Amino acid sequence: MVNVNPQVIIQTINLNCFYGRMQALTNLNIEVYKNEILGIIGPANSGKTTFLRALNRLNYLNPTYSQKGAVIFDNQNADDIPDDMLRKRIGIIFALPQTLPTSIFQNVAYGPKVHGIKKKSELQGIVESALKKAYLWDEVKDRLDMPAPRLSGGQQQRLCIARTLAVEPEVILYDEPCSGLDPISTAKVEDAMGELKSDYTQILVTNNTKQAARVSDRTAFFLMGEMVEIGLTNTIFTTPQDKRTDDYVTGRFG
Amino acid sequence: MSPGKISEYIIESLIKLSGLIIVGFVILIFLFLFRDAVSLFGGYSPGAFLFGRNWLPISEPPQFGILPLLIGSVYVTAGAIIICVPLGVAAAMYIAEVAPKSLKHILKSLIEILASIPSVVLGFIGIVWLGPFLKNTFGLTTGMCGLTGSLLLAFMAMPTIISISEDALVSVPRTFKEAAYGLGATKWQMLWRVMLPSAASGIIAGIMLGIGRVIGETMVVMMVTGNAPVIPESILQPLRTLTATIAGEMGETVSGSEHYYALFAVGLALFIITFIINLIADISLQKARK
Repeated sequence: MVNVNPQVIIQTINLNCFYGRMQALTNLNIEVYKNEILGIIGPANSGKTTFLRALNRLNYLNPTYSQKGAVIFDNQNADDIPDDMLRKRIGIIFALPQTLPTSIFQNVAYGPKVHGIKKKSELQGIVESALKKAYLWDEVKDRLDMPAPRLSGGQQQRLCIARTLAVEPEVILYDEPCSGLDPISTAKVEDAMGELKSDYTQILVTNNTKQAARVSDRTAFFLMGEMVEIGLTNTIFTTPQDKRTDDYVTGRFG
Repeated sequence: MSPGKISEYIIESLIKLSGLIIVGFVILIFLFLFRDAVSLFGGYSPGAFLFGRNWLPISEPPQFGILPLLIGSVYVTAGAIIICVPLGVAAAMYIAEVAPKSLKHILKSLIEILASIPSVVLGFIGIVWLGPFLKNTFGLTTGMCGLTGSLLLAFMAMPTIISISEDALVSVPRTFKEAAYGLGATKWQMLWRVMLPSAASGIIAGIMLGIGRVIGETMVVMMVTGNAPVIPESILQPLRTLTATIAGEMGETVSGSEHYYALFAVGLALFIITFIINLIADISLQKARK
């Protein structure tokens, strides 16, 4: 499961996040290892999404947002990396599939185009391989010109994964990626995640504790802006250290 | 019928009636224009009207060729569009996405003030300041020319284009923005490749409304374009538009004379042109929505 000598790719040091005066995250110190799937569980308003979006600075789209402490990515302070470069290397999949109102092909090609790839043949290659990695190629290969919003919810979400893969990130963040999907689509997305493990570090925020148990190597439990506990998924779900974790994963609250 | 159903029926009928009245007005206006305009063609050939190169209504025999007026309108309108569309859309993008919040409010209210300036006042500015300025800058014989009209009309159309485009840009779903930023797009790439295409239908609607305003505008062009009904060779020459011709000459004609009917025919031509533009706008809107 986890490497014997895990290599840290992302680390937060005393990270505190605020929206206006409201504190969303408090003194977060967490390490993310290369090529792991890290599950983040916790009830609503526990700071899961804020944590995720702090990693690629998407929180800053909200003008009231501010943060203290540091996010270290690949031995560099994330604040020192230009936003567009940081977000190319740390991709994100949102809760609701955010397809752009263009064709399937254009959706996937958007990222590479933004980063300067113009040759049609090259784009075609990238789009095909990204769609294959996201387990979508066989379902859409004959209709790449179809408007993307006409795909089913599950297909749209895998399209978003393909779109993120097309810019060749190192880390993929998932913000409750299956909250709007049926069980079969969910299984397909989870399959895709498992398949991507060898090449990418993945962080999965989910409201579905069972999903975290199924796919993640390690799991962290967040509660009211603090990380209560982090450990191997197996440990968190069977013998957690903290009583609150135990209560949450056994379904006594949340 | 229960009382609820009766009131439902009455309300429905009233709404239906309002809709029909609007349609009726449009048809009546068209018929009214058409009847008087067609009276011209009893004694004057439609070919000479449409393709005649001279508008000389009080010469003997009178000539009612609208080609100079048509070309005058096209010059002034095209000039205004070339100026106001890029400027207006760019300003909308700035206000919607780039400007800091405090500046945004100031700009929006300034644009509303711009929209409320009466066209006569703009005409004054054209006569007193802009005309002489262009005259000196380009070394013209007179500053009362097509370009002066184009610039002022662009000024008039800009608030419409800016505020409607800005609304369209602001209502682009936040998710599109986040998706683009999440893929590492810069602000400019996000604006150009995601916001602009998503807001296209609204922006086109704004542009078309702006153009509609430019074509129909009368007072400014009458004041500053020189009122010369000759075919202009460039936008720097005095010219006259369809609208200015009607407004300028209607008071001097005898009701029921050939000249009187000729002005109605000019009105009909204007009506048909704006109708076609609206039609094109509708079609392009529907295409953009798909």
